[in-house]
Amino acid sequence: MDTVRPGSALRGPTMGERFLKSWKRHKFLYLLILPGVIWALIFCYGPMYGIYIAFIDFKPRMDFLSSFFQQKFVGLKWFEYFFTTGDFLRIMRNTLMTSLITLLFSFPAPILLALLINECRLTRFKKTIQTISYLPFFISWVICANIFLTIMSSTGVVNEALKALGIIRSPILFFQQGRLFWVLLGIANTWKGMGYNAIIYLAAITSISSDIYESAMIDGANRLQRVVHITFPCLLPTVSVMFVLAVGGLLNAGFEQQLLMSNNTIITYSDVIDTYAYRYGFGSGMYSYGSAVGLFKSVVNFIFVITANTFVSRIRGRTLV
Amino acid sequence: MKNSALPNRHNPFSRRNGHLSYDIAVTVLLAFIGFICLYPFWNVAIISLNDAQDTVRGGLYFWPRKFTLESYREVFKNKELIHAAFISLARTVSGTVIALFFNTLLAYGMSKKDLFGSKFFGYFFVFTMYFGGGIVPYYMVLKTVKLIDTFWVYIIPGAISVYNMILIRIYMESLPQELEESAYLDGAGDIVVLFGIVLPLSKPVLATIALFTAVGQWSSWFDTNLYTYKTSLKTLQFILVQILNNYDLGNSKSVAEILQQASKQNPVSSDSIRMATAMVVTVPIIVVYPFVQKYFVKGIMIGAVKG
Repeated sequence: MDTVRPGSALRGPTMGERFLKSWKRHKFLYLLILPGVIWALIFCYGPMYGIYIAFIDFKPRMDFLSSFFQQKFVGLKWFEYFFTTGDFLRIMRNTLMTSLITLLFSFPAPILLALLINECRLTRFKKTIQTISYLPFFISWVICANIFLTIMSSTGVVNEALKALGIIRSPILFFQQGRLFWVLLGIANTWKGMGYNAIIYLAAITSISSDIYESAMIDGANRLQRVVHITFPCLLPTVSVMFVLAVGGLLNAGFEQQLLMSNNTIITYSDVIDTYAYRYGFGSGMYSYGSAVGLFKSVVNFIFVITANTFVSRIRGRTLV
Repeated sequence: MKNSALPNRHNPFSRRNGHLSYDIAVTVLLAFIGFICLYPFWNVAIISLNDAQDTVRGGLYFWPRKFTLESYREVFKNKELIHAAFISLARTVSGTVIALFFNTLLAYGMSKKDLFGSKFFGYFFVFTMYFGGGIVPYYMVLKTVKLIDTFWVYIIPGAISVYNMILIRIYMESLPQELEESAYLDGAGDIVVLFGIVLPLSKPVLATIALFTAVGQWSSWFDTNLYTYKTSLKTLQFILVQILNNYDLGNSKSVAEILQQASKQNPVSSDSIRMATAMVVTVPIIVVYPFVQKYFVKGIMIGAVKG
């Protein structure tokens, strides 16, 4: 297409020239990337353009593309509203409590499961258990919500069984007391993700060198000692990576779970930042307010996740190379 | 997962040292975990198969007390539900095929490092995984491109998943380059190389992505809830959400009250219908699950090792 300009070899090819050269060779590849770029521009960068909604007074009838140029900007009005009405503290409490209680259950469970699976010597049995353990991951939250509403209700099988065993006298009201609902979410999240997360730990266990085990056996370490002194310490890098990632995702305290399982009695406890933004944005038609809350979450979450990822690459850099 | 490389299973010492109690403890704990994972499904199944009025009495643990298929008969009488099942199936099949196509094309395009701008495109796509505009602007975009209340709202926004694309790309990068090069030398064109050589070799990862996408499509309800209004576009999951929303949690009422209410109503109460619907939605997953689950593990591993 273009002839190379004289002298270009001396100063090195410019961006444009490098692109043209690459374009000639890789037309086909650019053609393959093009639909993806268009898709991302519309469905990922388009909503980012829409961030301005948080800074105007957007009404449902307004035009999305032109409002940016036509509407008056209201500054940080919606953010001030969020921080001063008192909702902010409550929503953050709910978000963090839900995440932390979930973390309390869902973080150790897959580690334990992976260690158990690794220690089990009945090959078929352990394969079966492993397959069963990640079945809940495949089931939609709609089904899970139905299941939990049934088995955890005051007359459900969990309460009945605990009563029959004499552990409790009166049923635990998971769906009527806000704090218990956090616990319920922790249990539900753990149940759904345990098998899935165990896969990563199992992979890490597989990569532990067998030499270490052999020398420990020669030294007379029994199986439990080997788990405690070899398998678990060798898992620690993976554990810390997973922990950092989990902490980085603290603001993602769920969305579907709350929408499906909560009710009006406990909504002041079940509302996390995502459900709050959604309910105000769509339920009350306060589009701008919902956008502002959503934007606040996106920005803080972005900082959290990027920080976590930086830590992870440091951990990986040092221990896993 | 293969752990056979580990020495402890074949280790003669542990047998000699008689760690029977250790083995029993491990087995019992694993069995307990398996029970916890599986039992909730079983509980739903027996409630759906039990007589509705009898269910209200509680105490159903392992077997239905009064076996009946009445709830299922009731569920399948519902024309709306049959239509919803069709929509669910349609979006799962077409959504998976289309997403697989576009993700694969993009992944292949992104897998060549000597492409000028490939680094830029990498950041361009990865950034979208970490930052988004939020749900309200997203809705406005869908409205602007006229996807709201159409079947395509299930397909086009999900036609590409950056995460899945990266998984495919990582896999393609690990394939030996010589195969492609020799094909080019033999005079094969770009399309032949992509569809004749790279795609067949990438089958394992494509199966994984197909599985991820299909499960996601089948499980999805929120898009139906927010982006569609027509009843003709409602999916199975959404029907279940509607049943769920109408469902009284039952906690605030005494058993006697519920019994009284149940006897006044249709003998098939909301509870059994709800459970039977849940079963209808779950069974397709459980049926295909044993055959596809190995691809699932593979996919996680690609993501965990490289990502």
